[in-house]
Amino acid sequence: MISISGLLGQAFAILLALALAPLLSGWVGQCRAWLQSRSAPPLLQPYYMLQKLFHKDVVLAHGASSLFRVAPFVVFGCMVLACAIIPTLSTDLPLAPAADALALVGVFGLARIFISLAAMDVGTSFGSLGGRREMLIGFLAEPALLMVIFTLAMIAQSTSVATIVETLAHRELVIYPSLAFAGIAFTFVSFAENARVPVDNPATHLELTMIHEAMILEYSGRHLALLEWAASLKLYAYSCLGLALFFPWGIAPGDSFLALVAAIPLLLFKLSIGGFLLAVIETISAKMRIFRAPEFLGTAFMLAVLGLLVRLLLEARV
Amino acid sequence: MSTPLSIDALLIAACAWLAVGLCGLAAPRNTRFISKILFPLGALVGMLVGLTALAALGGPAQTAVLAIGLPDLPFHLRLDKLSALFALLLGFAAAGISIFAAGYFREGEGTAPGVLCLEYHAFLASMLMVLLADDAYAFMVAWETMALSSFFLVTTNHQHAEIRRAGFLYLLIAHIGAIAILLSFGVMTGGAGDYSFAGMRAQELSPFWASAAFLLALAGFGAKAGLVPLHVWLPEAHPAAPSPVSAMMSGVMLKTAIYGLLRVSFDLLHTTIWWWGVVALGVGLVTALFGVLYSTVQSDMKRLLAYSSIENIGLIAVGIGLTLIFHAYRMESLAALAMTAVLYHCLAHSAFKSLLFLCTGSVLHSTKERSLGKLGGLIHRMPWVAWLALAGVIASAGLPPLSGFVSEWLLLQSFLFSPGLPHPWLNMVVPVAAALVVLVAALAGFAMVKFYGIIFLGQMREPGLKDAHDAGNWEKAGLAWLALITLLLGILPSTVILRIDAATRQLLGTGLADKLHEQGWWMLAPISPERASYEPMIFLVTIASTLLLGRWLVRYLYHGRVRRTTAWDCGYYFQGPRAQDTAEGFSQPIRRIFEPMFRMLRHFPTARDTAPHYSVKVEDHFWYWLYLPLARLAARLSTLIATLQGGRIAVYLMYSFITLLVLLLVARP
Repeated sequence: MISISGLLGQAFAILLALALAPLLSGWVGQCRAWLQSRSAPPLLQPYYMLQKLFHKDVVLAHGASSLFRVAPFVVFGCMVLACAIIPTLSTDLPLAPAADALALVGVFGLARIFISLAAMDVGTSFGSLGGRREMLIGFLAEPALLMVIFTLAMIAQSTSVATIVETLAHRELVIYPSLAFAGIAFTFVSFAENARVPVDNPATHLELTMIHEAMILEYSGRHLALLEWAASLKLYAYSCLGLALFFPWGIAPGDSFLALVAAIPLLLFKLSIGGFLLAVIETISAKMRIFRAPEFLGTAFMLAVLGLLVRLLLEARV
Repeated sequence: MSTPLSIDALLIAACAWLAVGLCGLAAPRNTRFISKILFPLGALVGMLVGLTALAALGGPAQTAVLAIGLPDLPFHLRLDKLSALFALLLGFAAAGISIFAAGYFREGEGTAPGVLCLEYHAFLASMLMVLLADDAYAFMVAWETMALSSFFLVTTNHQHAEIRRAGFLYLLIAHIGAIAILLSFGVMTGGAGDYSFAGMRAQELSPFWASAAFLLALAGFGAKAGLVPLHVWLPEAHPAAPSPVSAMMSGVMLKTAIYGLLRVSFDLLHTTIWWWGVVALGVGLVTALFGVLYSTVQSDMKRLLAYSSIENIGLIAVGIGLTLIFHAYRMESLAALAMTAVLYHCLAHSAFKSLLFLCTGSVLHSTKERSLGKLGGLIHRMPWVAWLALAGVIASAGLPPLSGFVSEWLLLQSFLFSPGLPHPWLNMVVPVAAALVVLVAALAGFAMVKFYGIIFLGQMREPGLKDAHDAGNWEKAGLAWLALITLLLGILPSTVILRIDAATRQLLGTGLADKLHEQGWWMLAPISPERASYEPMIFLVTIASTLLLGRWLVRYLYHGRVRRTTAWDCGYYFQGPRAQDTAEGFSQPIRRIFEPMFRMLRHFPTARDTAPHYSVKVEDHFWYWLYLPLARLAARLSTLIATLQGGRIAVYLMYSFITLLVLLLVARP
C-alpha cells in the first residue's frame, strides 16, 4: 500500500513546505510593502532572519522553565506534521491517514496550547496577555473551522483531507453553493488563526494590540527562529489547505511523476496569487479591537453553519 | 483466564476492601500503619479488580446469589460485560488513587485516619457492588452505601461550617436522585412485583410508562452525575473533600451514574423512542456548555476541576443521546460508534480527571493554598507534579495524542452521520450541535491553560511558595500510573476499543470490532480508512522525531549556547508577580463575551480611590432561579403547617377525632 514513490513524495512535500514557507511569508511582506508604497524588503528576508537568529545565543529569562525551552520544538513539530498531511502536490501521502481533518484541527490546537503555556511561563504581563488572547481567538475560531470541515466532509463523505481533495478535484462540474459559504468562512478563520490583519498584526510591537507577538516576546535565538519558521509553516499550511479544499485542480491524484512535476509550478502560481490577495486584504482593512474579534469570528461561524444548512437543504442527499 | 470464578473474585475483592477498612478501625490513630500498609493493600486489591474485570470482558456473563439481606430477598448479582467494563475503570483508577492516598494522608485530617480508611474502602466496595447488583434491592442498598460513605468522606474536615453545608447539599441531592431511581425501578417492574433486573427486562412497557421510567432514571442518575440543573452539589462537594476523595468521586463515582443510565436505557428498557435521545442530547449540551463556561471563570483550582467534570459528564450525555437517537432508528452500527465514544470518554475521564484532582492535592499539601490567585511558578519547585499534570491537561483539553481526543474524535465522527437520520428536522439540527461540542472542547482548552498556567507557570505570586516541595514517592507513583493510563488510552485506541467492544455489542447487538480487526493496531478507522482515520502512534512519532531531529540539527549546525538574564517584557521596569494575569484577569474575555450566562457581583475601583480594589464573584444562576425559590417555598409551607402545632393537647385530640371521622366516611366497606 505504501509505495517507495509515495514515501519519496511525502519527504519531498515536507522539504518543500520547509523551504517554501518562509518564501511565502517574504512574498506577502513584499506585496504589503508595494501596496503601502514602502520600499519592499528582499524576497528572501525571512531566510536571512532565520539564519541570523539561529546563529545568535539564546537569552533566557531567569524565570523560564524547561517547558519554555521545549515548546518551540513542539510547536515546530506540530506544524511540520500539519504540512505533511495536507495535500500540496499529490494526494498520495503515506502520512495522511495519521490525522484526518478533525485531527488536523487537533494538531493546531496542540501547538496553540503549548505556545500559550510557554507565553505564560516567564510570568510577564505581556506574556499572559498574549496567552489569554490566543486562547480566546482559538475557541472562537475552532467551531467555525469545524463547521467548514463538516460541510466538506458531507460533500465528500469522508473526513480524510486527501479523500476530500480527490472528490472535489475530480467531480464533474457541479456548483456547490455551500462551498462558497464554507470558503468565505474558511478565509475569515485563516486570518484569525494566522494572526493577520483584521484580528492581529504580525508587524506590530505596539503593546496593547499584540496577540502572537506578545506570546513570543521573551523568545530569542534558535527558539525564536523555530517559532518564526513555525508561524510561516502555519501560514503555508492554511494557504495550502484552502487551495486544496476550494481550488483543488492540479493536485496529482496518484504517484505519477509527471503530474507531480506539473503540480509544482501550479502550486507556486496559486500560492503567489493567494499571498497577493492576503496582502491586499491586509492593506485595505484596519486592525479590529480585540473584542470585535468575537463578532468577526461569529460571522465566520454563521456563514459556515449556513453553508452546512445549504448543503443539507438544497443539495442532493447522498 | 475467563473462568466462572471472575464474579467470585470480585466479591472477594469487595470483602477485602471492607476488611482493609475494618483493619483501620483496629488502630484508628496509627497514621503510619494505615497509610503505609492499608492504603497500598487497597491499591493492590484495586489492581486485582481491574485485571479480573479485564479478563471478564472476554467471557460470558456470570451470576451469583448472595444470601444476605432480608429473608426471602437475597442479593442477586451478575457480572456482564457492561459491569465488567466499569469495574475495570473502578479497579485501575482506584489502584492509582489509593497509592497516591498512601502518601497523601500523612497527618490526620479532621477525621481520625482509621475511620477515614474505613469510609474510603467502604466507598470502594459499595461502588463495586453497584456495578454487580442484579436486582433493584441490592442496587439501592449499594447505591445508598455509596452515597453515605462518600458523604462522610466529603465531610472529613467537618469542623468547618461550609464543609458541613457542602456535605448536606450533596446528601440532599443524592437522595432526591435516589428517590427518582427507586421510582424508575418501580415503573419498570410494571406492577409485577419482581424487582430483579431479569424481571424488568421481561416486562413489555407501554411507550408512556417506558418514557416515564427513562425520564426518572435520567433525573435520578443525572443528579448523581451532575447534569444541569442538578449539578450544584459538585462544585461545593469537590473542594470540600480531601483530594483523593475528590478524585475518586469525580473519576469513578460519576461513572457509576453513567453506568446506571446505560443499564436502564439500553438493557432494562428494550424499547427506545427517538425523543429520549433528543432530551439527553439537549440536557447534555446545556450541561457541557454550562460546565465549561463556569470552569473557565473559577478562582479555586478544585472548583475549576469540578465544573470541568460537569462539562465532561455533559459530553458523555451528548454521546448517550446520539446513541439513543441512532438506536431508535435501528441504525445500529452508528449507534455503536456513538456508544464507543461514550464508553471511551468514561475511561479517559476517569484517568485524567483523577490525575488532575490528585495534582491539586499535591499542590494543596505543599502550599496549603487552593486559590489560584496565590499560586504560580510551581513547575520550578514541583517538576514531577507539573509534568504529570501536563498530561492530564492535554487530555482534558481534548487534544491529540492523549486520551481525551480519541473520544471526542469518535463523537464528532458519529455526529457526521446524523444527516442520514430519517427525520425531517433532526438531521439538520443535530450536525449543528456538533459545533457546540467543539466550542465546549475549545473552551475546555482555555480553562486548562488557565488551570495549568496559573498554578505551575509564571512567577510565584506569594513569597511562601518558595518552600513548596515536590510530591513524595507514593504520590508520584499514583500520578505516574494515571498519566500512563492517559497516555495508553491516547495512543492505542484500537486495542482499547477491541476490549470495549464487548460491552457495546452486549447493549446494541453490534460493535466496531469487525472493522478494526481488518486494520493494524496502530490505526483507528471505525468505518473505513477512506472515510476517516486517526493514527495517534504515527502522530506522536512524527512530532517526537521532528522535535528530536530538529534539536539535534540545530545543535549540530549551530550551537546550543544559553544565557540567562531578566525578562524583556517590552522594556518595562516593573516585572513583579503582580504584573501577571490573575485567575480573574485571565477569564475576563469569557466573562465579557458570555456575560448573560453568569451572575456577577463586581466591585470596580474609581479613578480617585487611594487603595483601589477590584473584586468579582461569579455565582450560579440556578441558585437564584431554581434552588432558592424552592427553598423559600419549602420554608413557607413548613410555617403554614407549623400553625397546626399549637402545643395544646385538646387541639391535637380534635385532629385525631376529625381524622377518624373522615376515615370512617371515606373508607366505607
